Amino acid sequence: MNSEMIEEITVLSGKNRSGEPENFDEIIIRPGDTLSIVGPTGSGKSAFITDIEIFARNDTATGRTILVNGEHPPEDYIRDPAKKPVALITQNTKCLADLKVHEFLEMHIKSRRIAETELTGKTIDLANEFTGEKIHPDVKMTALSGGQTRSLMVADAITISDTPLILLDEVENAGIFKDRVIETLKEYNKALIFVTHDPMVSLMSDRRIVMKNGGVSGVLEPNGREDEALLKVIELDRIMCRMREQIRAGEMICGQVFT
Amino acid sequence: MKLIIIAGPPSCGKTAVVKQIIKNKGNSQQIAYLKIDVTRAFEDEELKQEFGIPTKKVYSGDLCPDHASVMVMKDAIEWAGEERADILIVESAGLCLRCSPYTTQSLGIVVTSAVNGINTPLKMAPMIALADMAVVTRIDLVSQAEKEVFRERIKEVNEDIDIIETNAVQGTGMRYLLRAIEECPDIHDPDKINLRGAPPLGVCTICIGKTDIGWQKHFGVIRKLDGADYLYRGD
Ligand SMILES: Nc1nc2c(ncn2[C@@H]2O[C@H](COP(=O)(O)OP(=O)(O)OP(=O)(O)O)[C@@H](O)[C@H]2O)c(=O)[nH]1
Ligand SMILES: Nc1ncnc2c1ncn2[C@@H]1O[C@H](COP(=O)(O)OP(=O)(O)O)[C@@H](O)[C@H]1O
Ligand SMILES: [Mg+2]
Ligand SMILES: [Mg+2]
Ligand SMILES: [Zn+2]
Ligand SMILES: [Zn+2]
Repeated sequence: MNSEMIEEITVLSGKNRSGEPENFDEIIIRPGDTLSIVGPTGSGKSAFITDIEIFARNDTATGRTILVNGEHPPEDYIRDPAKKPVALITQNTKCLADLKVHEFLEMHIKSRRIAETELTGKTIDLANEFTGEKIHPDVKMTALSGGQTRSLMVADAITISDTPLILLDEVENAGIFKDRVIETLKEYNKALIFVTHDPMVSLMSDRRIVMKNGGVSGVLEPNGREDEALLKVIELDRIMCRMREQIRAGEMICGQVFT
Repeated sequence: MKLIIIAGPPSCGKTAVVKQIIKNKGNSQQIAYLKIDVTRAFEDEELKQEFGIPTKKVYSGDLCPDHASVMVMKDAIEWAGEERADILIVESAGLCLRCSPYTTQSLGIVVTSAVNGINTPLKMAPMIALADMAVVTRIDLVSQAEKEVFRERIKEVNEDIDIIETNAVQGTGMRYLLRAIEECPDIHDPDKINLRGAPPLGVCTICIGKTDIGWQKHFGVIRKLDGADYLYRGD
């Protein structure tokens, strides 16, 4: 619903942990863009996306400032979840809400005052495209696996929150179909920022932000120069996924695997 | 002097929120801190050491902690005045889920953790219903949908409450809480401060030390497993 109004989100640089300026002036994010954020643990990846999520105004540890369409965003964007243009899917893979899946989604739909009646089913169906373990509407949120929770939260961010920008913190660890998630998010023309250690997710995004010591140390724009590596990593990922499903199904994996 | 009263269930992040307030306001304003707990509390020592501010604690013991806070509040305001405080922060143990510690002429803040289960806001309804602001902590551990569902639950109890979401350890999202503190008026007449709302009446013979089980052995406000909600039996 906000998508039309958001033309760009701008990150203005701050300081790293030693107080030195970061190695960029501004990073502009537009609908349909995909960015990945890479760097060692503790290098400030989560802090970077948190700054975006809360629209930092030189009031966080990093000193960054976030603008929407070139200006400080209105207070509504930050405080009213129904108007907030950003959804963050955290690193945490457990949902502690003591509700059934359909109850949880219905409550979220109600909180956003959305009238569409089939949205619960649509969200669960979409989530089931992201995970190999089928999510049932009557199961408790607390009983979902990490992968199921992540899948559901991503699907929810697309269909119910419907924000133009989605932030995903280390989505790969949870056992979900990363390429399906990225393709779907692109289909919906969402801007995406991944915090990731995963080669495939990194190579699939248009820009790569490299973090070091709490600050951005560089922004890579491969512009097609990594295509060869990307093809290879997609192939490897297919094999890994297939093997994972076979092993889960109790099969033996013999003979040719690189097909 | 401004009065800030902070309540919330155990370990929900009340002290973490207090620390953020002190970090942000402590340079320009003198802050005094009072902790009310039932049997043990360490915050006074901790905050005195970390920030060098005047602190105190009081144990409520047999008294409901919220009642204890009302009992000592006047002394506390006097003490904070002697310490030349611009802000007095009172942190309540929040163990009494029937009562609520907020007074008039104060900013009442309820703190609750986003990972505490979706029904907590309903279980601590009095603490939320009479507060001015709700600070939801551990927001770093939940995704957007969970935040919104939790927020909806709080609004079910208090439609008008001002909600702030924070990672209280990092201090994210504190901007609007700090603004509310700035906008909160000073105490104008300490003699006219009252508890907001009426506390639940609840005196029975267990309150005065009779330990038999079963309502048949007791007087005052009594309860049966089935049947009428409140019964009163004179002695
Ligand atoms: N990750 C995370 N941890 C938090 C947050 N808020 C508080 N904590 C942690 O939770 C623990 C308890 O926080 P306190 O601030 O002591 O809680 P409290 O409500 O004052 O506790 P009592 O006064 O003992 O009832 C501490 O270890 C905090 O560091 C938060 O927003 N995120
Ligand atoms: N520029 C900075 N200045 C000061 N502290 C920072 C900065 N960037 C990150 N931090 C802090 O460093 C810690 C680790 O950062 P985090 O974002 O969690 O790392 P990662 O997600 O890469 O593992 C956090 O406590 C964070 O607040
Ligand atoms: Mg992280
Ligand atoms: Mg405490
Ligand atoms: Zn009480
Ligand atoms: Zn009693």
